[in-house]
Order: sequence, then structure tokens, then C-alpha cells
Amino acid sequence: MSLLELDNVTLAFGGVKAVDRVSFAVEEGEVFALVGPNGAGKSTIFNLISRFYSPQEGDIRFDGHSILDLAPEDIADLGIARTFQNVELFEQATVLQNLLVGRHRHRRTRLWQDILFTPFVRREEVRHRIAVEKVIEFLELEPYREKYIQGLPYGVRKMVEMGRALAMEPRLILLDEPASGLSVEETQDIAFWIEDMRKLMGITVVMVEHDMNLVRDVSDRVLALADGRVLAVGTPREVQTDPRVIEAYLGPEEDVA
Amino acid sequence: MDALQLLVSGLANGCIYGLIALGFVLIYKATEAVNFAQGDMMMLGAFITLGLNNEAWLGLPFWLAVPLAIAVMAAIGYLLDALVLRRMFGQSQIAVVILTIALGFIARFIAGAIWGHEPQSLESPIAGMEVRVGGIVLGLDEVAVIVVTVVLTGVLYLFFSRTRLGLAMQATSQNQLAAYYMGIPVKRVHSLTWALAGAMAAIAGILFATKGAIDPNSGLLGIKAFAAAVIGGFGSLPGALLGGLIVGLVEPFSARYIAAGFSQIMPYLILLLILVFRPDGILAQVRQKKV
Repeated sequence: MSLLELDNVTLAFGGVKAVDRVSFAVEEGEVFALVGPNGAGKSTIFNLISRFYSPQEGDIRFDGHSILDLAPEDIADLGIARTFQNVELFEQATVLQNLLVGRHRHRRTRLWQDILFTPFVRREEVRHRIAVEKVIEFLELEPYREKYIQGLPYGVRKMVEMGRALAMEPRLILLDEPASGLSVEETQDIAFWIEDMRKLMGITVVMVEHDMNLVRDVSDRVLALADGRVLAVGTPREVQTDPRVIEAYLGPEEDVA
Repeated sequence: MDALQLLVSGLANGCIYGLIALGFVLIYKATEAVNFAQGDMMMLGAFITLGLNNEAWLGLPFWLAVPLAIAVMAAIGYLLDALVLRRMFGQSQIAVVILTIALGFIARFIAGAIWGHEPQSLESPIAGMEVRVGGIVLGLDEVAVIVVTVVLTGVLYLFFSRTRLGLAMQATSQNQLAAYYMGIPVKRVHSLTWALAGAMAAIAGILFATKGAIDPNSGLLGIKAFAAAVIGGFGSLPGALLGGLIVGLVEPFSARYIAAGFSQIMPYLILLLILVFRPDGILAQVRQKKV
């Protein structure tokens, strides 16, 4: 059984079909990339999986169960985490505090226990702190642990956001353009981390990315979209040499000539 | 000494302004709406306590009436958000503001219809009692207001820094979208924030009605508390308390030392100066939201 399945999903805004009968399945442990020109519907698919949009047709299943009757806040509990193209962090908080909010879904203490700071709460705090420290070590965020988000360089903020997603201990992570705005070296780090996420942590990765080098380096399979429709699915090489994909990116051949 | 008595009564008033201002800021931070009925919720909380406690009404014991009234106001706050404010999602800020002003009118009308328009005092166990500190006579009610506010500030601090719900409220107020992705039920957190603001309003109302008389128009005090919140820095919880204390202290001292009539306008004069010279307030936290 696939971990994530989109089955004939359609979403239209007014008359424009942002996502048009899209079907694909992501296997557990896979790195799956969505590519396509701007406006192809990649981020819309992320928003559909996150339940911020509801499809007019089709079904979305996670671990075999439809998620269409869930609210956006229930998605985290399934073990789905996400990062954003424009980085969505808690700006007036420290790196450590941001990662600790990522532990929200694992917190099981009750209000009165929190207020009395019972032994159970103390044990829980230690447990969450250890989990967060592991992530900090993994992403080499130690120098920034107590720094406030506002004022941190863009590259670090992207790492913090990825760290917050990892602190959730997700089964599936949705990365929205993890390499955008990063230097060549930083992008190489991302490639290593994505590999490790899959190998060491067993996390399935679905990413939207424009950097084709990164996509080629880390993805098992690639899905190319244009105008909300699936053009091709396959290995990075297969997709990159697909004539329909080349046409969508470069325009019809007569135009080039 | 005269000045010490002025100081204590100013601090006591300031605490009440500060508690109402806290309600403004709590709701503003969480939902980006300004609840102009916050003062009227204070008045309603006071009347509910009075209705439960006073001999002329239900005559319940004071220590039963107080938690009951706080719980009722928390429930009212929760339901206002869940049933009314939530439907305003996507409407302009000004529409929400006008709605809360209307809610204030309704609260005043209801209070007047049930409890009448004559000023009444809460028959609390400490009413009229005095304490002597080094030869100075202070009203126990005023001292109680200050003590309760200090304790409440500590409890709120622990709540926001330690509890899962408090942290979820902070997260929601800083980034709603990210909060959803962390699994925080943002809408419920909004309603719970309104509940907390309702409970705070009830506590402010109880303290207010303990040290003075209350009538349905007492909620208009909220305007001064609003000024206090702006002075302190709208969006900052410590700022709200600080602003409340400043307004509370300025009033009696200007009444005593400056020509008659000035004490009424002093809070607004300070508000004007703050808006000109430090528009984000003393403890500014509000920054330009990115679009």
C-alpha cells in the first residue's frame, strides 16, 4: 500500500483548473519530486494534502485512509510535516522555542499538570528537549539555539523550518522549494540531509523544487506538471527526456526554431 | 503621608485598567481583532458576581460567587467567538470593530434590564476594611486589587511559558499558518483566548465593584484601558499592564497637583504624546506584517 495517494484530484478556482485529474502514489521511504513551471499546481497540491483546500473531485489517502474528512490541524497528527517556500516561522521566538512548538503533537500533558509542573510534566519536558537537541545536532544549528528568528540569515531560517518539521517526527515531509534562495554549498547540504532523512529517520519526502540538479541527485521518482495536469512520472532521467516535459518547459519546437 | 495614599489608590486603579488592557491585547494578538466590548465584559462580570453574591439578589457566599462569575464570563467569551466572531472571518477589520462596539451596547442594555441603572457595590467580605501601614490608613480593597493583580500576572506568565495551551496561544498569535501545521487547532485556540479574556474581564470587574460602585455604563472605562494598552504597546502583555499603571497613577496625581479638570484629560494627553513620539508604544512588539 502506498503511503500517500492522490486519486483523480481536481480543484478549480472559478473556471481555472489549478489541479486537473491528478493521480499519483508515493511509496513509503521514497523521495518524490514535483516539478513544473510556475503556476503548474505544485504548491496547490501541497495545500490540498494539508487540507487547506478541498478538491471538488477525487480522493486523497494517507496510509490507506481518506483524509478529506479531516481539518487542517489534524494533518500533523497523521505525521505529515511541511516547510514553506517563503519560510513560516514564529518570528518573535528563539530557534529552540520554534523547534519545541514542533513537538506540540507529541505533548500529552494536561493543563493542570502543566500548571503544577508535576513529575510527569518534567519527564516529558526532558524527553522533548532531547528530541529537539537531536534535530539541532543533525542540522548543525547549535550556534543559533538561543537566537531569535527575526534577524537570522535566510539560509539559517530555512534550516530552522526544516528542523521544526523534523522535530515533529513525521512519517511524510513536504518540502516546498527547499533550495530556493540558497547558495550552491547550502544546496549540497540539503541534498545530504534529504538522503539522511530517508535513510536514518525513515521519512518519506515529497518536494517541490526548481533546481533540477538537486532533483536529479536525491529523487527516486519525479512527477512533471503543467497547467494542473500530469505530464510524466518516472525516474529523473525519464522525465527530463520526455518530449512533453521538454515542450512544456521550452515551448513547442516550431517556436524555438 | 498624602502621596503614599495617592500612590496606592493610583496603583489600584491602574491594575484594573491594566487587567482590562490585557484583555484587549490578548484578543488582538491572537485574532488581530480589537474587542471594544472588553470594558463592557468587565462590567458584565461585575454584575454577574454582584447578582450571585449580594443579599438583594441570590445571596450566594462570596467565595462561591467569584469562581462562578469567572467561569460564566469565560463561557460567554468562548461562545461569543465560536458563534459570532468566527462568522466574521474574511470581513474587514472595521466590520469586526463595529460588531464588538454593538456587543458592548447589548451588554449595557442587558445589564440595565436585569440589575437596573442605579450604582451598586459588591458586598465583598473586605468592603470598608482598612489596613494600617506605618501610621498610614489604606483601604483593604485597594491593597487587595494590587495583590490579586500581582498574583494573576505571575499565573499568566506561568500559563504562557509553561503550559501546552499557553504555548499554542503564543504560537497562534505569531504565525497562524505555521500553527496549523504544528497540529494546533487554531479556531479553538481563538475561542479559548476569548474565554481567557472573558475571565480576565470578570476578575477586573470583581475588583472594580469591590472598591467602588458599578452601573451599566461603567464599561466605558474600557476606553481608558484601551488608551493604556496603546501607551504600553498594543500587542505586548507586559506593556498593557504598564500602560494601565501609568494611566492609573497619572490620574490621582494630576488631580492633586495640577489645576482642576486636567486629571480627566491627562491619560489622553499621554496617549497623544506616545502616538507622536513612540507610535508603537513603550514596549513595542507590533511590527509591520508582511503581505
